[in-house]
Amino acid sequence: MLAYAGQILHVNLSTGKVETEPLKEEWAKEYIGGIGLGIRLLMKYSKSGTDPFSPDNPLIFVTGPLTGTMGPTAGNGYAVVSKSPATGGIAESKAHGFFGPELKRAGYDAIIFTGKSEKLVYAWIDDDSVHLLDAQSLKGKSPNETDEAIREELGDHYIRVSAIGEAGEKLVRFACIINDEFRAIGRTGMGAVMGSKNLKAVAVRGTKDVNVADLDGFKEFIKMIHEHMKGPATRKYRTLGTPENVLVLNALAALPTRNFTQATFEGAEKVSGEYLNEHYVKKIIGCATCAMRCDHIAVVPEGPYKGSTSRMEFECLWALGPNCGVDRLDAIIEAMRLCNYYGLDGISAGVVVGFGMDLYENGILNKENTEEMDLSFGNHEALIEMVKKIGTRDGWLGDVLAEGTKRAAEKIGKGAEKYANHIKGLELPGYDIRGLKTAALGFAVSFRGACHLRSGAYSPDVKGKVNRFTIEKGRGKIIMDNEDQYNVIDSLILCKFSRGTYYEGLDDMANYYTLATGIKVTAEDLRKAGERINNLARLFNVREGVGTRKFDTLPPKIMTVPIPDEGPAKGAVVNKEEFDLGLDDYYAVRGWTRNGIPTAEKLNELGLGEFTDIATRKKGEK
Amino acid sequence: MAKLHDKKFVSADPQKCIGCCICEYTCSMVKEKTFNPTKSRIRAIRLGPLINLAVACRLCEDPPCVAACPRDALAQEEESGIIMVDEDKCNGCGWCIEACDYGAIMLHPETKVVYVCDTCKELGNPQCVEWCPEEALDFVTADVLAQKSRRTAVKKLFQESVEKASE
Repeated sequence: MLAYAGQILHVNLSTGKVETEPLKEEWAKEYIGGIGLGIRLLMKYSKSGTDPFSPDNPLIFVTGPLTGTMGPTAGNGYAVVSKSPATGGIAESKAHGFFGPELKRAGYDAIIFTGKSEKLVYAWIDDDSVHLLDAQSLKGKSPNETDEAIREELGDHYIRVSAIGEAGEKLVRFACIINDEFRAIGRTGMGAVMGSKNLKAVAVRGTKDVNVADLDGFKEFIKMIHEHMKGPATRKYRTLGTPENVLVLNALAALPTRNFTQATFEGAEKVSGEYLNEHYVKKIIGCATCAMRCDHIAVVPEGPYKGSTSRMEFECLWALGPNCGVDRLDAIIEAMRLCNYYGLDGISAGVVVGFGMDLYENGILNKENTEEMDLSFGNHEALIEMVKKIGTRDGWLGDVLAEGTKRAAEKIGKGAEKYANHIKGLELPGYDIRGLKTAALGFAVSFRGACHLRSGAYSPDVKGKVNRFTIEKGRGKIIMDNEDQYNVIDSLILCKFSRGTYYEGLDDMANYYTLATGIKVTAEDLRKAGERINNLARLFNVREGVGTRKFDTLPPKIMTVPIPDEGPAKGAVVNKEEFDLGLDDYYAVRGWTRNGIPTAEKLNELGLGEFTDIATRKKGEK
Repeated sequence: MAKLHDKKFVSADPQKCIGCCICEYTCSMVKEKTFNPTKSRIRAIRLGPLINLAVACRLCEDPPCVAACPRDALAQEEESGIIMVDEDKCNGCGWCIEACDYGAIMLHPETKVVYVCDTCKELGNPQCVEWCPEEALDFVTADVLAQKSRRTAVKKLFQESVEKASE
């Protein structure tokens, strides 16, 4: 079992106790690593009904099998898995950069944090030596400031740090964890779980070798991927970057604007990838071991936000820009910088601010609620101010919105839920799924809530491979196949930007895995692992009471307010009939009941028989 | 005396280097048959997102590392300029490390003697240069580096007239 570290670290933050256990080889094989292994470990070490902020909720940092090797993108990732404070279900998120390989070199496939420290601490992992050090002086500092302060304090610049900001400390439900300045464990509120444990940061220095089974074969494989990375599969990421999507989606009338009020944005040109690159991008940098580099570092050259610097990608640009009606890139870059500063998921932050603006425009929030702020769409100063207030839970509105759209709508009442764009409690990403209906179904069934990266179900819609304005039989299969493959990608922790460089798909990935680990797997083994992971994640949600049909929903706007814009998508809305048909179709291909619960046959087929009682118990309850 | 085209070393272009560390991984793969940047002879430095540069031995004229060694464990090969380490003599005292302005000579974490870039002499050319995806690394002499800088400077100076001429 090469390439794996072979060891899992347990850190109890209540008692300070540190233990290790060996990684089971069968779990490596069945769950690969990354989110797969993380979800398996969570299933083992968590109890049903645990509050996400309870000390008993494990927070699991996990590397991939290839992390620490020279494997492009798979060499540099890590994932964090826990129970989500946003959804109450499974939480997982990945980040690349430099932190993951350091953790592997320190000798760990995973760290499982449990308990809660009395005072704010950070974990200092120096190969085999693990210490919890005082972090009182880091309180309120940004992830990047924390990173620098820890390197300074410990006197070693090669230490890699993964940290939370003030938002995580204050349990903002969409707080993220950030490593290497701009790389985020972004979605599902992992920063808040870390904050609930009084864990400010994880600092690692690893010096151990990471060896692969077939070095010559591995080398050849990397060479091939490097070549592919220079080719068409990564063109977008190497040139304009994901912000290229702005104009693409706008042309399709699929660019959600003003909290999904419209699907086209009149200011799209001004916030396009083209404009961003021409006026703001200073350099494109890369993660460890990656031969494509995609990090578009944008710097504001003049004006009120002069000097503001951030990495920019489409999703956050959309959320903080078009979704808030803001057409100024300088303000969007500053808002993004602030998200990174406080440690907020930029997608959720933008959607939450857009939600607040929508409520304000519709009279549900008034100036009294906003402390006299004009929270109209398009007000870039209000955007900046709200990100600050949410990041620090400042004032009534900042505190309420820090709960995320789902809970904020419940607290605000007055019909606010009609404007809340989330699925299962996780805010929607930047695709107007009223006119991208495979994506609508895919987002609805995703185990971590609204997410474009659980199945990439927007792709067949955007590329015109299906009729995007209808849900029909067969979409379930498209989504399932993509989900299973994405589970493999997230367990190998391949960067999704590089997914196109595996020309032979799962065959390439199986080869990659075998060359590194020496464990022989086929494409079918991997596909099955992907299916197993999806079923286990679903079972976790079933166990926590959020895994049945009634949780696979779409936001009210998506199902009741047709796209008003003149153009190709005018009138598009997801109706209940087609949506139900889609759910039935998806559950059927998954081998799940009509209530969306895995059947005993399916679980046995996947080697998940031991969890049958979770599925059958829930079936009786309905 | 070394000739004009001898003494080639690995140099990184700060405009092109993206800080991906593939050079580090390549070095440990080629030299140590493992993946471990702490055993690399070249190191990438990132000072904030905009400043990235990989650093390896520059094959100095009159190298201070050699002068600093009290045990005569270091010597510079005359023709290639490579710093050679006599592993039997080196006791890892670190005087050479302190003497090097570039941090290019380091203590090997396992053998506990110093190690430094030898430009992959036995393979003919440095493998990090081969692998660098950005073509940010060059295997060059100081003379060629100076030529490049001059050409770039002159190009810049006359950019406008070049553009006009091509219109």
